[in-house]
Amino acid sequence: MPTAARSRPAPDAAEHPSGDPRFKLVDKTIQKFHGEKDALLEVLNTAQEVFGYLSQDLMIYVSQQLRVPLARVYGVATFYHLFTFKPLGEHTCIVCLGTACYVKGSGAILATLEKEFDVKAGATTPDGKFSLTTARCLGSCGLAPMMVADGNILARNQADTAVQRVREMLASRWAAAPKEA
Amino acid sequence: MQPSDLQTITHKEQAARAKYRARLLCCGSTACLSSGAAEVRDSLNRTVKLHQLGGEVQVMTSGCLGPCSRGPLVRLQEPGQPDVTYEAVNADLARRIIEEQLIPDLGEPAEPETGPHDLPHLRASLRKARAPRDLQDHMLPADNPFFARQMKVVLALEGQIDPERIEDYIAHGGYGALARVLAMMTPEQVIDEITRSGLRGRGGAGFPTGVKWKSVRGAPGDRKYVIANGDEGDPGAYMDRTVMEDLAHQVLEGMAIAAYAVGAQSGYVYVRGEYPLAVKRLEKAIRAAYRQGLLGENIFGAGFSFDVDIRIGAGAFVCGEETALMASVEGRRGMPRMRPPYPAQSGLWGQPTLINNVETFANIAPILNRGADWYAGIGTEKSKGTKIFALAGKLNNTGLIEVPMGITLREIVYDIGGGIPGGKAFKAAQTGGPSGGCIPAEHLDTPVDYESLKTLGAIMGSGGLIIIDEDSSMPDVARFFMEFCADESCGKCAPCRVGTTQMHRLLQKVLAGHGTPADLTKLERLGQHVKQASLCGLGQSAPNPVLSTLRYFRHEYETLVAGQTQAEGKA
Repeated sequence: MPTAARSRPAPDAAEHPSGDPRFKLVDKTIQKFHGEKDALLEVLNTAQEVFGYLSQDLMIYVSQQLRVPLARVYGVATFYHLFTFKPLGEHTCIVCLGTACYVKGSGAILATLEKEFDVKAGATTPDGKFSLTTARCLGSCGLAPMMVADGNILARNQADTAVQRVREMLASRWAAAPKEA
Repeated sequence: MQPSDLQTITHKEQAARAKYRARLLCCGSTACLSSGAAEVRDSLNRTVKLHQLGGEVQVMTSGCLGPCSRGPLVRLQEPGQPDVTYEAVNADLARRIIEEQLIPDLGEPAEPETGPHDLPHLRASLRKARAPRDLQDHMLPADNPFFARQMKVVLALEGQIDPERIEDYIAHGGYGALARVLAMMTPEQVIDEITRSGLRGRGGAGFPTGVKWKSVRGAPGDRKYVIANGDEGDPGAYMDRTVMEDLAHQVLEGMAIAAYAVGAQSGYVYVRGEYPLAVKRLEKAIRAAYRQGLLGENIFGAGFSFDVDIRIGAGAFVCGEETALMASVEGRRGMPRMRPPYPAQSGLWGQPTLINNVETFANIAPILNRGADWYAGIGTEKSKGTKIFALAGKLNNTGLIEVPMGITLREIVYDIGGGIPGGKAFKAAQTGGPSGGCIPAEHLDTPVDYESLKTLGAIMGSGGLIIIDEDSSMPDVARFFMEFCADESCGKCAPCRVGTTQMHRLLQKVLAGHGTPADLTKLERLGQHVKQASLCGLGQSAPNPVLSTLRYFRHEYETLVAGQTQAEGKA
């Protein structure tokens, strides 16, 4: 899941557009499309994947490399949900709010997590430890209601087990997120 | 590659397969992988190695085996015997399937496929009877209604082939339709065949596919495009994801045939960004097809060239709308535009463009392989063929199913779906997600086809089918979808941008117990306005869940506005 890659924020990338190896990956995508302006979405997808989020400097960089106005880069980036503009917390939990999960109670799970960890959906705790996000449907409706905690898919949750599982995640008792097959 | 090379590959594959007396298919789709299918496969492989069965028992990864909520799934196939699917398999059970079901047979000659009719069944039932009780509990026989009531046309090869091997697809007749089309049919004949089959767009609107192809073929322009729409945004639906993950080559073959028919040279598959496995498998399939010469220059030496590339979405429901999708492929904000001109006249970069759903493309090869008349014989008068549904919600068996058009909802819910868990009562089925509507219990015997569902105020949609039981509040379900639409509205036209937000606020007010009967009238009137005045399908269909729940479950709204608090236990 592309969201899994986001769980590792990039601390110093934004300040130094040059000298950071991750820019090479962005450049590679640009070259793959021969620098065509139409490839903006592909380039932003790569940028988000390797940096974890789109900082302002990163968008300026993309704008200059593709020779498209920054306003267009910003306009496109803000239009699509998968792009984020702030680094995510150390741990992330995505609660699926697709229909199948919703009719099986994911709304209550989200509300409980928000209350229990004092963080709104889409936000990160002030200490930068935990981000709570939602998804529209991760397409695994047989596992409803489902969550993804640090890349681990958790099936058939309930409000109380969800809190327990997030606690375990925050206590880092889990192995690092497995790479998507 | 020449058409005869397909045969060579087929013979090689068949010879390789004939060595084995049993095959174990381990489901490798997202749902099973996330419930531990990888460990199951490792265990199967380890056990085969341990007992030195490598030469006679084949373990392979397959596509989705169907009942996703029962995963991880393993299917045992033996020549001449009905398949047995094991549910909720873990590493230990995987080992036991081999040790207790395959080893006692060691040395016994494989049953000839032409044996007496009931013999295989007899053998299978004997074996089942011999199996320990706890192993039996995990068996889903092939005649289980979940499998028996389905009809696999598009998904026929799913669970039969390794989705990541082009040779396996070819060995099952893959790319044969493309070879025949290029060798023996004119583009007009292809279009005529598709028209006669009665195939209609599987994205939801149900536009006749042949008519669409014809208008792209007839449009002037020297550069034309084919796009496969795999931007499945309907929450609760994953038909397209499964088709792309498991049958990527079938989609590519359909696209190539379409390109030949309409006169296009390049194509794109637009995949939803949330589907990394689909992207990976499509990329692999495209590379393999190029390597075999089934994409690219001068395919089958017939002078026809076709290039395919992938475009990945970034999370925008509206991009499922064709003009928005094309804007997104061009790297812009995915906002729809006025039609006409239709994509068939002016689409991608202003060129004539054919855009079909991935499921529609996956129908093409089966139609050309077995003929338009055969296909037109399935389904109802105006809705031909089969439809894939993602069955989810409050059901005993949830998962991916393919059924002939015209099957009743009751058969889907009670036979295939196995009824509602916990003895709860069926309340409604929601089709088409945020663009669709609900179907109440009194219409359970309605045939599932484009027209009948429309009459009920629902739509066929792309195939999401969510079953709702008595525990859920329908106004809350309507609010859920309206919130989704308000959030996903691209903001270009006011009726949708403002209307969906206002409708959502009204629903919130009603659900909070502050509503009045006048609010319900307002919701209905506003709903009609949004439907009629919106620019694209998103806005035009966004009020459907509200209007249809008002139509069938008005009493729930009335209870709410009568000052009562919302029913306990709602989601």
